[in-house]
Amino acid sequence: MATAEEVAKAAERRDVRDRWLLSAPALLVILFAATGPLLIVLVYSFLTPGAYGDVKWQFSGNAWTSVFLERDIFDDTLSLAAAHVTIFWRSIKLAVVTTLATLALGFPTAYFMATRSEKTRDLWLFLITIPFWTNLLIRTFAVLQIIRNEGIVNTILLKLGIVSAPVQILYTDTAILIGMAYVYLPLMVLPIYASMEKLDFRLVEAGYDLYATRFKVLRKIIFPLVKPGVIAGSILVFIPALGAYVTPSVLGGGKNMMLSNLIELQFGQGRNWPLGSALSITVMIIVMVALLAYVRNAGKSGVRHG
Amino acid sequence: MASNFSIKHQPGFTAIAATCFIVLYLPIFVLVIYAFNAASSTSEWGGFSLKWFQSAYQNTQVIDATLRSFQIGAIAAVLSTIFATMAALATTRTASYPGLTFKYAAINQPLMVPEIVTGVALLIFFSRIKIFTGYSGIGYLVAAHTAFCIPFAYLPIRARLENMDLTLERAAADLYATPWKTFRRITLPLLWPGILAGLMLAFVISLDDVVITEFVKSGGQDTLPTYMLGQIRRGITPEINAISTAFLLLSVAIVTLFFFVSRKRD
Repeated sequence: MATAEEVAKAAERRDVRDRWLLSAPALLVILFAATGPLLIVLVYSFLTPGAYGDVKWQFSGNAWTSVFLERDIFDDTLSLAAAHVTIFWRSIKLAVVTTLATLALGFPTAYFMATRSEKTRDLWLFLITIPFWTNLLIRTFAVLQIIRNEGIVNTILLKLGIVSAPVQILYTDTAILIGMAYVYLPLMVLPIYASMEKLDFRLVEAGYDLYATRFKVLRKIIFPLVKPGVIAGSILVFIPALGAYVTPSVLGGGKNMMLSNLIELQFGQGRNWPLGSALSITVMIIVMVALLAYVRNAGKSGVRHG
Repeated sequence: MASNFSIKHQPGFTAIAATCFIVLYLPIFVLVIYAFNAASSTSEWGGFSLKWFQSAYQNTQVIDATLRSFQIGAIAAVLSTIFATMAALATTRTASYPGLTFKYAAINQPLMVPEIVTGVALLIFFSRIKIFTGYSGIGYLVAAHTAFCIPFAYLPIRARLENMDLTLERAAADLYATPWKTFRRITLPLLWPGILAGLMLAFVISLDDVVITEFVKSGGQDTLPTYMLGQIRRGITPEINAISTAFLLLSVAIVTLFFFVSRKRD
């Protein structure tokens, strides 16, 4: 006869087994059509490009060296690949500026939403949720129509006589920046709002009782308390902004390449799949570093409400 | 003025918030208005007309792409919601067990990787399979969409489950209900709002995808967003505004529904 303890252990084992079986379909689909293929990308980054795209199964480290370096075709010396460095730098810069811009706009917006009465809060949340779930391409297209030379922004500037000729915004880095800040703003507002909603305003009141100024209350009380939301929002904006494809393709007009366009090029006209793979892994590494920094920071900020 | 002192006030915040809401909606309004423009330009107003909706409706490419989007979205949403529901049942309301953290990480993994990287990975992987099997149908798109929809469907279902305690299920078991019967009669009805929310979220996410679809699709497999991207790159006509407007309406309808379903927590 099995003892009660053994029976309980067997039941627990069965429970764990059932739980694995239940999650198996989801895990298998993700392994097949999301995580697994990433490993193939890693393998491909160490192969030789084929003449018509795809790869030859021959080991080569060339793809990795040419992520940042280029080999002189005459004397075989290596030098910094200026074009790639420029694109990496532009992508990171635009992603960081987008994150900061959405933070500057999103933080006050989330604060505004969280300080409304309980009833109207839902309405504001709904208003921020609609663009969040609206097709990103459509929103980018909407921005394109606004900032075109014939668009509403330039028309107003011309009518007011502020400028004499339309300002060329479209197909510049500024256009990409405006577009990205526009489409990713809800991603910043929502997590900050989620933290802000739980904010205990008695702490703010205590700050004022102790003669803190408004700015000091903001900096020393509100900001530290909603910091997890700020970090989450920044990550949510930074990751898609770094790999953004739609916004630079539509608003950058193909002239101002970002990382995603550079990667796409290797799988299209460039016919250098290994380089495309190495570039993709590099983007992943940057994202992972950002995520790790986030996890460490989130772990450190042990501020609790109440 | 001490009597007017509001502890919640921060100078300039309301103005910035107002600007944000205006800026968020203004471009969309302009886009919708020009969908009804009689002129064929997207900058000059030529009177009210529905002709661009009509021309979009008569464009077989648009209809074709729309139907494909719906087909992929429906299959991917249903599959990912079923899988996400099962996974949510397996990862909530339990003490920690070996592999639980791994499951969380695996399910959320598609969210952590930029779409462009997933797109490239799938392009490479599926092109191999295509050569191997000779199959180049819509199945690849369905598989890719199902995978990246799972974490989205999982979110509301898991949230709902975590707010449900096991009392009712235990009571049912005490009354000799089989595990399946308990699930059918107790768990599923209680979980239903979460499942519906997950289903809608997954459908919208699938419908919105551009990047992964762009890399995975074979020739002639445009979905509505990839078709629109191709058109926008070639030059814009109010027809795109009309398609966008119809698309927007659908999204807003689904979001509204989602909002009401997921707000009905208790």
